[in-house]
Amino acid sequence: MSPLQACLLFSSALFSLGLIAVLVRSNAILVLLGVELMLNAANLNFIAFWRYGPAPAEGHGVVFVVFALAVAAAEAAVGLALVIALHRHQRNVRLGEARRLRG
Amino acid sequence: MTALAAIALLTLAAAAIALALRDLIHSALLLIASWVGIAAFYLWAGAEFVAFAQVLIYVGAISMVVLFAVLLTRPPTGPATREPSGRAVPGFLAGGAVLGLLAGAVLSSPLPAGTGAAPAFGVRELGLKLLGPHAGALLATAALLTVALLGAVVLAAARGKEDAS
Amino acid sequence: MHLPVQLTWLIPALPAVAAAVIAAVPARRPGLGAGLALAALAGSLILALLALAGALADPAARLIHTFTWFDLGHGAIRLGWLLDPLGTLLAVMVATVGLLIFTFSLGYLRDDPRAKQFFCFLSLFAGAMLGLLLANSLLLLFLCWELVGLASYLLIGFWFQRPAAARAARKAFITTRIGDLGLLLGLVWLQDATGTLLLFDGGRGVLETEALGALAGASTVGGLAVSTAIGLLLFCGAAGKSGQVPLHVWLPDAMEGPTPVSALIHAAPMVAAGVFLVARVYPLLAADLALASVPVHALTVVATVGAITALFGAAVAVAQDDIKRVLAFSTVSQLGYMMLAAGTGAWTAAIFHLLTHACFQALLFLSAGSVIHATHHEQDIRRLGGLRRRLPVTCATFTIGMMALAGVPFLFSGFWSKEAILHAAHGWSVSALPFHVALAAVALTAFYMTRLLAEVFAGAPRGHGAETAHESPAVMTIPLVLLAAASIGLGFLGTPWWPWLQSTLDPAFQPEPGGAGLMAVSIALVAAGILAGWSRYGRLPRTSPEAADPLARIVPRLHRALAARLGCDELYAATFGRLCTALAAATTALDRSVWDGCIRLLAQLGAYTGLVSRETDEDVLNSGFNAAGDGLRAGGRAYSRTQTGDAHGYVWMLAAGFVLVTLAVLLGGVR
Repeated sequence: MSPLQACLLFSSALFSLGLIAVLVRSNAILVLLGVELMLNAANLNFIAFWRYGPAPAEGHGVVFVVFALAVAAAEAAVGLALVIALHRHQRNVRLGEARRLRG
Repeated sequence: MTALAAIALLTLAAAAIALALRDLIHSALLLIASWVGIAAFYLWAGAEFVAFAQVLIYVGAISMVVLFAVLLTRPPTGPATREPSGRAVPGFLAGGAVLGLLAGAVLSSPLPAGTGAAPAFGVRELGLKLLGPHAGALLATAALLTVALLGAVVLAAARGKEDAS
Repeated sequence: MHLPVQLTWLIPALPAVAAAVIAAVPARRPGLGAGLALAALAGSLILALLALAGALADPAARLIHTFTWFDLGHGAIRLGWLLDPLGTLLAVMVATVGLLIFTFSLGYLRDDPRAKQFFCFLSLFAGAMLGLLLANSLLLLFLCWELVGLASYLLIGFWFQRPAAARAARKAFITTRIGDLGLLLGLVWLQDATGTLLLFDGGRGVLETEALGALAGASTVGGLAVSTAIGLLLFCGAAGKSGQVPLHVWLPDAMEGPTPVSALIHAAPMVAAGVFLVARVYPLLAADLALASVPVHALTVVATVGAITALFGAAVAVAQDDIKRVLAFSTVSQLGYMMLAAGTGAWTAAIFHLLTHACFQALLFLSAGSVIHATHHEQDIRRLGGLRRRLPVTCATFTIGMMALAGVPFLFSGFWSKEAILHAAHGWSVSALPFHVALAAVALTAFYMTRLLAEVFAGAPRGHGAETAHESPAVMTIPLVLLAAASIGLGFLGTPWWPWLQSTLDPAFQPEPGGAGLMAVSIALVAAGILAGWSRYGRLPRTSPEAADPLARIVPRLHRALAARLGCDELYAATFGRLCTALAAATTALDRSVWDGCIRLLAQLGAYTGLVSRETDEDVLNSGFNAAGDGLRAGGRAYSRTQTGDAHGYVWMLAAGFVLVTLAVLLGGVR
């Protein structure tokens, strides 16, 4: 197993952990954190491919991760604000109950 | 490789325990540990700037926001209720399937074997890239961040009318 | 066996890691945390002793180990460790005194529910302090310096439920931060001027001949040499940390922390940081001595500030009524002595006094802690008294500490180190004033320490706490006895006949002949101070807590001014505090009127544009869109049936879709 494969397996495991959290947990905050983990896993892949990829000097992976981190910060802020708004509306943060917009 | 294995093990263990715990405060704290692990991975891979950014953004900022959200949305009495168990089995099945597929794809693909030396891509090169070819994207990200933060404030701010209801 | 310099990082890392582990230990097992803290610091002590052995084997050779911290692309930030007699000796001192204080804390905080946190903070403090002492880079030193500041903030404010403690912690943090700003500016300037912050780097470090020559050669505003300006900025940081006038105000207030913290902060480790910094960068401070045409030499400033502080602290200590506050001002005064010594060129004497002071001041503070513990937190010396019989061990150790601090001749360590400082001040060619000031402070010190001893231990108990006192447990008295032994023994490392310490620290040290006459003068002053104190306070002990202080009867106005600490705090509140408030008010006004007005104007403009475009919109464009909208709505209604509104369901769909697509790709062989 090459180092690149090891990195990718690591990120796959992290991604699956995040996915399981999103699927199983009902607390909206934990679901958001699961999404964060999945995003982190994607970033891991970028760094891994940059490190072992064909043109590391170009630094595409690093640049991409820097942008992804900025977007992740925005996402976390908005997501958690949504959680707080949700809590204000229904006095709890259970995601399954937030279906008022259902068609 | 040993270092990578240790980092991966710590990160995954912290994340797994964090997502299984019922006390959200503990979850948040363990997730911080997991994010530190990811930062350690970046350091291991030679992307120092990304590692420091990870520490600043996740360990420093997002963790605080998460903790605040947890504290603000705590139910007034007792710990969180039990998870409804109906979703657990299909959830784990789906997660496991995804993991299996990803692992299969990774192991079966002809990936480059990797070089020993870390690429020389320091802060200086990153800065030149960011302010050179990617300057437009940088500006767009800045605008996005501003708008997102304003939006977050608007969403989280309690409006008088709803507060009364 | 010597410690390889590459492993130096272990010394600060052990307590720091212990702090992290203790933070994670469950709070219901406080013993575990304390044990970890003690074990880690003991490990550090052993390593520090090994390092000291290595450094002493060849005092002139400096063992350095540098490493790259951060690659900037063109150049790198390098940090490093340094093992030389100065750093390792102080590291051993810090670890030893720290270990005794940790042990003492076991007894002192036995009933505190937050003892775990206390040991966590203590370990953090010890780790940062050890790192500071062994750093070979001013940047690394600065990092540890700030960590020490943080730990001291946490420790002083440990009982944060008390408003006074919280205020004292804040005051300590902010006051030292003012000094640290100077230190930071000095570091930035130094980095800019020399391109490195390493102290020694095989000829390229900032303390080596090449850089020093360049720094002393260039001149800046007002004709100052660059080395003078940078040295003075660095001294700002040292003055803040070591409580020099005018940044001394935080030190007495820091008494609000638990007594072991007072000992840790006042006696040994923390305030020593400032003196250590001055000794460490002494070559830089002294670089301008050869220049004749500069307006002021950096060391002259250091000596003047030190002399003022020495006299100020000693004078104010005379009129304080809180046992810990008297000791705090005596610390201020002793630190002034050290700065005076460093300023007059005898930095080895400063370090000697630092070492002996660390022992006897820790002894005094811990003895005071034992008194406070035994009398159920009574700190007002007017309500103590008569503890001689009730606390025999504490009384004996306190007396030894008092004699060492007052400089009782020959047997006690404080005498020898103080003598070395007086000697240096006497021989200083710039001005004789610091010498006379130091002599006055000697007499005052003997006077107020006799007063303190008499008030606390002589006479009859004057309060409930003093009446019911009984001796503290062994875990508290054993550190006292050990420190008392050290307070006596340490003095013999640097006597005029055998100046081992001075010549180890500075291989070029030459003992100056003479000094017997000077010694006689200082012995006479000490005797006069003790006699005066005894005749006023000891011969006729105070009878009731309300009785006026004898000094207040003789010179009431002076006594009142000294008791109010010469109004420094009030002065600061009236000047800097007001200034900050006014600045904040001005900023608010600017914000409210100017910026807000601009934004409102923009908003009006936007609203107006909106009005115009709405008019055109409704009249012209709407009809066509209405038709299209109806069609879309019908389609949307049909599609919305598939929307369950369950976020989990959506993610489930996503996962399933991903699995299907990936399977198709893998099995179908699409690449």
